[in-house]
Amino acid sequence: MAEQADNKSPFTQPFNIKDCALVAMATGYKAQNLREFKEGLLRVHESSIYHHFWGRFLEPQFDEPEYSNDFASWVYRRLNEKALAEKLSVIDPTDYEDIDAIRHDLVECIEDVLYENEFVPWTRADEQFHFVRSQIVVLDTGRYMEIPSDLSFAVPEMTIGSIFYHFIDARRRTEDGSDDFSAWLTGWGDVYNDLRLKLMAVDPFFSSLKELRFQVTHVLEEYFGGGNS
Amino acid sequence: MNELLDRYAEVTGMDVINHISQLAAPLKGMKVVHVNSTREGGGVAEVLRKLVPMMDALGLDVKWEVLEGNPLFYQCTKGFHNAIQGFQIDLSEAMLEAYETVNAENAERLRSVLEEADFVFIHDPQPAPFLSFCPNRRGKWVWRCHIDCSRPYRPVWKYLRKWIHSYDASIFSLAQFAQFLPHHQYLIAPSIDPLSEKNIDLPEEEIKGVFEHFGLKPDLPLILQVSRFDRFKDPLGVIDAFRQSRKMVPLQLVLAGGGATDDPEGGKVLDEVREAAEDEEDVHVLLLPPDAHRTINALQRASDIVLQKSIKEGFGLTVTEAMWKGKPVIGGDTGGIRLQVVDHFTGFRVRSPEGAALRIRYLLHNMDKLKEMGSRAKRLVLENFLLTRHLREYLALMIGVLHGLEDRIDMTR
Repeated sequence: MAEQADNKSPFTQPFNIKDCALVAMATGYKAQNLREFKEGLLRVHESSIYHHFWGRFLEPQFDEPEYSNDFASWVYRRLNEKALAEKLSVIDPTDYEDIDAIRHDLVECIEDVLYENEFVPWTRADEQFHFVRSQIVVLDTGRYMEIPSDLSFAVPEMTIGSIFYHFIDARRRTEDGSDDFSAWLTGWGDVYNDLRLKLMAVDPFFSSLKELRFQVTHVLEEYFGGGNS
Repeated sequence: MNELLDRYAEVTGMDVINHISQLAAPLKGMKVVHVNSTREGGGVAEVLRKLVPMMDALGLDVKWEVLEGNPLFYQCTKGFHNAIQGFQIDLSEAMLEAYETVNAENAERLRSVLEEADFVFIHDPQPAPFLSFCPNRRGKWVWRCHIDCSRPYRPVWKYLRKWIHSYDASIFSLAQFAQFLPHHQYLIAPSIDPLSEKNIDLPEEEIKGVFEHFGLKPDLPLILQVSRFDRFKDPLGVIDAFRQSRKMVPLQLVLAGGGATDDPEGGKVLDEVREAAEDEEDVHVLLLPPDAHRTINALQRASDIVLQKSIKEGFGLTVTEAMWKGKPVIGGDTGGIRLQVVDHFTGFRVRSPEGAALRIRYLLHNMDKLKEMGSRAKRLVLENFLLTRHLREYLALMIGVLHGLEDRIDMTR
């Protein structure tokens, strides 16, 4: 199947492999209780919301994160508000048109809890939530993939910065909120639909970037037969 | 590929080195100067000793300059250090005058190097006023704070802020350390060098050799704390934790530390520690020279559990070092220790000598758990706290500072 499909599509440009690095910055906003947390969410720059959903992948983390974003983790670990943490965790940023729409829903969830509770959940002064933002530097690796089967050779060799850029950050850039690999495959019409669906089924929010690279490589190996097609 | 980079690739994988090389490409040839207050002793000098050659290997033109002070100057800057960590320290006019004079003299000595540089990284408060003495500077100046600055003593911070506010950016180790300043505040955790004498793999005989060399008992579990003799590291609390654990399990303790040339208070604390340990069998207080890196490495590898029971901690590189050697760490619940010691996964975070004693006993009774935590600790360091990650963030920061406020800097255009 792969060999048949690998005739170069006249509608598809080669895939330029990019890389990126992210450096975090303090915003000065912090929260010790749920009300301050809501205020912070309303005020912070949109790059801070981005950071706490996506940028955290490039920060130290251990094994699989329990929640899909930093907001949910803090609400659970420091405020002990498990139900709210669960609600915040199911917010999938790729469902939203822009960051302000995500911000709106995060705040809505919190306001519901503030309305229902007689007291404002709080934590110790040294366990506050610090809103962080980040700058992302995008680089050209100078490497290209010509045909889809190149993916199975290129992905295992990619840096975690490239994996972040093409598989996580892409969801903010592509029209349908998909990863860059899936978006590129659409250029071959329906030929690679199976592969696209498999790639889109990889949930990026509960793995480290190394683990994610392993999962994507596995999908590609299964499809292209160990990268030897 | 450069030989130095090749050696790091053997530890981290080639993809990490390729990534760094790509980031460094747009910065090649730029003149970079790092300034701190000592070449020996303390975490800053240790990081610079390898960060500078790595930047050099990537094609940047890097220099490391050291400020030369006098006793009154160091007394003042030790006061700054304590005050930034929250202690109420009153500094005399004479001390502040010494601070400013030493800075003016050193800035004059280094003026041409500093003013010609594309990037100047000033480490910690000691050389902070340099910027004010270099009016013809042409590059970007970044102040790097390695200290826990979460709750600085306000009068001292206000004094220091007047020297820092004109920088183009500052760097703090954690978000909670960042202070209000009128420029970007980057967050970069420090790192360890896996190829340094302090962290390289050692032959088994060399590790076992420390038992004989320091009169330790090979058949007793070994608990270790490596740090300067500094109140914030709570060496007396460690001895207390040892006393409490020993009631239940046999063990021995080593408190190993060196002095740093910019720490005049170290001797006094060391005397207090020696006095507390005087009547304790199996407590060994070792004052090691600043170049005893290999000995510290062997002690860390020989130990069963490593403690870092700090009350205040900037980052805690000794924690990172111990974790790199596959040791679980019982650390104070403060500063950068929180970023490294994932409670119940890579060790335990404690708030009292009693807490430390409890966790020592738990781990010594659960050796499988001890090994499992140690193995996770090593993986956490491999992925997050090696020099290569640190360097990557410095390079990204340099590109970021050159591009101002942009969130997304696309170098592919």
